[in-house]
Amino acid sequence: MAVIDLANPTRFLRIVDRVLPWLIGATVFLLAVGLYRALNAPDDYQQGATVKIMFLHVPAAWLGMFGWALMSVAALGTLVWRHPLADVSGKAVAPIGAAFTFICLVTGSLWGRPTWGTYWVWDARLTSMLVLLLLYLGVLALYWTAEDPGRGARAAAILSLVGAVNLPIIKFSVDWWNTLHQPASVFRIGGSTIDPSLLTPLLIMGLAFTLLFVTLHLAVMRNEILRRRIRSMRLMQAQEVHA
Amino acid sequence: MNPLAAILVRDMRLAVRIGGGAFMGALFFLIVITMTPFAVGPDLALLARIGPAILWLGALLASLLALDRLFATDHDDGSLDLLMMGGVPLELTVAAKALAHWLTTGLPLVVVAPLLGLMLNVDMHALGWLTLTLAAGTPALTFIGLIGAALSVALRRGGLLLAVLVLPLTVPVLIFGVTAANAAIAGPTPFSPAFTILCALSLASLVLGPIAATAALRHGLE
Amino acid sequence: MNLGPHADFIVAAYAVTLFVVAALIAWVLLDYSAQRRILGDLEERGVTRRSRRKG
Repeated sequence: MAVIDLANPTRFLRIVDRVLPWLIGATVFLLAVGLYRALNAPDDYQQGATVKIMFLHVPAAWLGMFGWALMSVAALGTLVWRHPLADVSGKAVAPIGAAFTFICLVTGSLWGRPTWGTYWVWDARLTSMLVLLLLYLGVLALYWTAEDPGRGARAAAILSLVGAVNLPIIKFSVDWWNTLHQPASVFRIGGSTIDPSLLTPLLIMGLAFTLLFVTLHLAVMRNEILRRRIRSMRLMQAQEVHA
Repeated sequence: MNPLAAILVRDMRLAVRIGGGAFMGALFFLIVITMTPFAVGPDLALLARIGPAILWLGALLASLLALDRLFATDHDDGSLDLLMMGGVPLELTVAAKALAHWLTTGLPLVVVAPLLGLMLNVDMHALGWLTLTLAAGTPALTFIGLIGAALSVALRRGGLLLAVLVLPLTVPVLIFGVTAANAAIAGPTPFSPAFTILCALSLASLVLGPIAATAALRHGLE
Repeated sequence: MNLGPHADFIVAAYAVTLFVVAALIAWVLLDYSAQRRILGDLEERGVTRRSRRKG
């Protein structure tokens, strides 16, 4: 079974149908383990128990950014290599990546309030993630307003690539802006290296979230393929009525 | 006449005619600046402090609203299809249109900015520098907005979608523009670094904007 | 489990995450069953896909 099989929607669906239950099982298992480790992790010497929020916040951040990278690769697949399922993949990533970015922002905000005294601050990282969310919402808006799914997908692909170029620029510019205007307070997370007792749960949760991402991604791709099938069946039906 | 020059002149002529909307941007800019004290209060010190930021935001929004015009009218009457089929590389055509757009929409903003800066009590000595940042930055706004305009004309939905797409992409321009302007006024930080980066962003967008916009037009309208 | 003085924030963070993930899963599942139902309807009515027709 070669990678080329993944290009055929019907075969792809069959593969997904077989693989998905295993993925779901693995995801549930890892989430269970991760959550157990996370909730039983020791308190941080500075932040106390609120460090437990980190186990949600950091993986969510990773996956929010990973999502956009994935969308950019899918965009290249759509525009350059013309892979048949590339645009389906890109479209499927968008809501999932946006959701994780949202989780990152909200959990970060809830972490910030008890730890640093404020729900929000225009720190370089927060601001960059907020702009990332806006870019995601822009892509979702494109898919939402496009009547022709093919066109919408190509437009979204271009926006994904433009966004990919712009994200490091945003990070850099916000960093610089922030350095100039940042008030004197310094954010410190207990120590520069994370203790293994906190690092291990973090990595497990990271892996669990990644599996969750992949599972959802494949499931949404399946839905999208079915949706397009329905659309072409309806179009053909309409053409027959006219013929 | 060179075809690109012809496109440039054509777009500029169309823009200044009735229904062209050339100086609407400047008018909108004026209105936004006028409304700022109503929202913020007439405290001159406060206005002076936020003046550069408000001017930049106003310029950004004015540019944004005018971007609709860039491709929509050509798309509606079919001339966009003709331009796409023409012998000139589409990237250059698009760049020429964008240049015409900046000359008729962006440049008026720059010209009007010093007057509006006075209304906001911006430091007189800094007005020149502020205007310079706008002159350097508004091309970036136009050429980045070009991408959004191309994406949304292909989807036949203008307006707010365009704004939603373009605004996040213009964040760096805004940041460096305001930083440079503030540096000229108050700054312990020097004007040059931010200004240089602003120029770099504009130059980069001059190249990348038309490329991305062309891709958007080609893929969207095929 | 002692969550310390800021327990509310920790609980809220986990709750929001759970809610968003649950909403995502729910959306995927509901969409899937809707698509399958429509496909079933269409096939019942005799509308087939091109590739089926050739067979």
